[in-house]
Amino acid sequence: MEAQTTYNYKVVRQFAIMAVIWGIVGMAVGVLIASQLVWPQLNFTELGEWFHFGRLRPLHTNAVIFAFGGCALFATSYYVVQRTCHTSLFAPALATFTFWGWQVVILLAAITLPLGITTGKEYAELEWPIDILITLIWVAYAIVFFGTIAKRKTSHIYVANWFYGSFIIAVALLHIVNSGEMPVTLWKSYSLYAGAADAMVQWWYGHNAVGFYLTAAFLGMMYYFVPKQAGRPVYSYRLSVVHFWALIFTYMWAGPHHLHYTALPDWTQSLGMIFSLILLAPSWGGMINGIMTLSGVWYKLRDDPILKFLIVSLSFYGMSTFEGPMMSVKTVNALSHYTDWTVGHVHSGALGWVGMVSIGSLYYLIPRLYGKTEMWSKELVTLHFWIATIGIVLYIASMWISGVMQGLMWRATNADGTLTYAFIESVKASYPFWAIRALGGLLYVSGMVIMLYNVVKTIAGAQPVEERILPAPAAAH
Amino acid sequence: MDLNDWRALETVLAFVCFLAIVAWAYSSRAKKGFDEAAQIPFLDEPGERHNERGSNHG
Repeated sequence: MEAQTTYNYKVVRQFAIMAVIWGIVGMAVGVLIASQLVWPQLNFTELGEWFHFGRLRPLHTNAVIFAFGGCALFATSYYVVQRTCHTSLFAPALATFTFWGWQVVILLAAITLPLGITTGKEYAELEWPIDILITLIWVAYAIVFFGTIAKRKTSHIYVANWFYGSFIIAVALLHIVNSGEMPVTLWKSYSLYAGAADAMVQWWYGHNAVGFYLTAAFLGMMYYFVPKQAGRPVYSYRLSVVHFWALIFTYMWAGPHHLHYTALPDWTQSLGMIFSLILLAPSWGGMINGIMTLSGVWYKLRDDPILKFLIVSLSFYGMSTFEGPMMSVKTVNALSHYTDWTVGHVHSGALGWVGMVSIGSLYYLIPRLYGKTEMWSKELVTLHFWIATIGIVLYIASMWISGVMQGLMWRATNADGTLTYAFIESVKASYPFWAIRALGGLLYVSGMVIMLYNVVKTIAGAQPVEERILPAPAAAH
Repeated sequence: MDLNDWRALETVLAFVCFLAIVAWAYSSRAKKGFDEAAQIPFLDEPGERHNERGSNHG
């Protein structure tokens, strides 16, 4: 059989473009639900229940995590694995299936969630027929990715591929276990697990979705695109190896911190807290490794907006991985849990880390998929960077303030032991901060619209490129 | 030994395994392979091969 001489870029292009489009859709829904908290009329109750906060909130989380983040991960992992292995994709037909299948899953989510069809498990709301489709797509993804690794022309498997690979395996495990459910009708199922065990399975899933989907996979992006854009090899390769294995050995245990002071056994809560504290070390090791890759070329940060995106994303990774362990401490959690502080923490990770590392990587990637080396307008990339940064700062600062305020109001008691504030008083006090949060989100999604315009201008008239696979250099001399 | 002893043993073994990985990663034996692997992102474009890829730290 004649070996393929060019990389499979079509599927990379498809996923890269859809990442930008789904990013705008998912974040726009986020701005809508943030606005609903300030202006309840935006629930459009007179039209029906489909646009209520409770229906649209899971649509927002699914769209930004699985549609925007997912498309960005498929695109970059298919690109990185081909280029670092000096070979084309294994089973390209299956790769095509992952693209179209994933888009169908996204559309099904967009239809079923507003209709109220949900399992009620956070970040795993989709009902069982969609769960089965996700499983098939994920198996196809694993075959394509690991098949490509298996036919690599290099002796080493570059560290970015280890991170992407662990993400694919871990998500398969999490999805299958947490989707254990008994179908009752086509669109209704019940969890296989009961009570506190069900809650623990759900948050073992939920936190490892953060750990392996939103962290390990995007670290795969970081370990390829930061060195590429900086023109320097990663600061310490051995640190990247330790970083990888430390995350693998610790993340799986951290889930119970979502269930502090619940019916979960106390020892399980303490175990989850301790492993969450341990996680600070590998997280910061990875952050330092990424940022220090710029040592010697710091000046590039001054006028390279893509590097700004990548390095600031790592700063937010460092911030949120400090904040996370701190919030997992039971005494801190007693104040922070169920408040806006949690929402702020998530968005510091989601907008700051996941969003910015994806945006930076896509700005690197998209022109190269169309035979160019730069986006149409570097100024618009810079503008996007500043709008996004200001948006994040407004978002997380307002959530810190309202979160701590809510926690303090809820726990305040009078001398006779009665509560000082009714719940509704904390709601009233939160309005100004919710308005600032909506503004922050609006800025962030505006940046994405600028990005789409820049992408359209970049690829308009450009030919999709068929790039020849460069033979791997002779191994060890 | 009851089941919980095996569970404790598994945890200890996982920790020992992790320490062994750290020891291996910091051994001089692994260094050469790591230096090669760190260059992989720069070997995929002909023009980029000798482009400021000075050896960084360990």
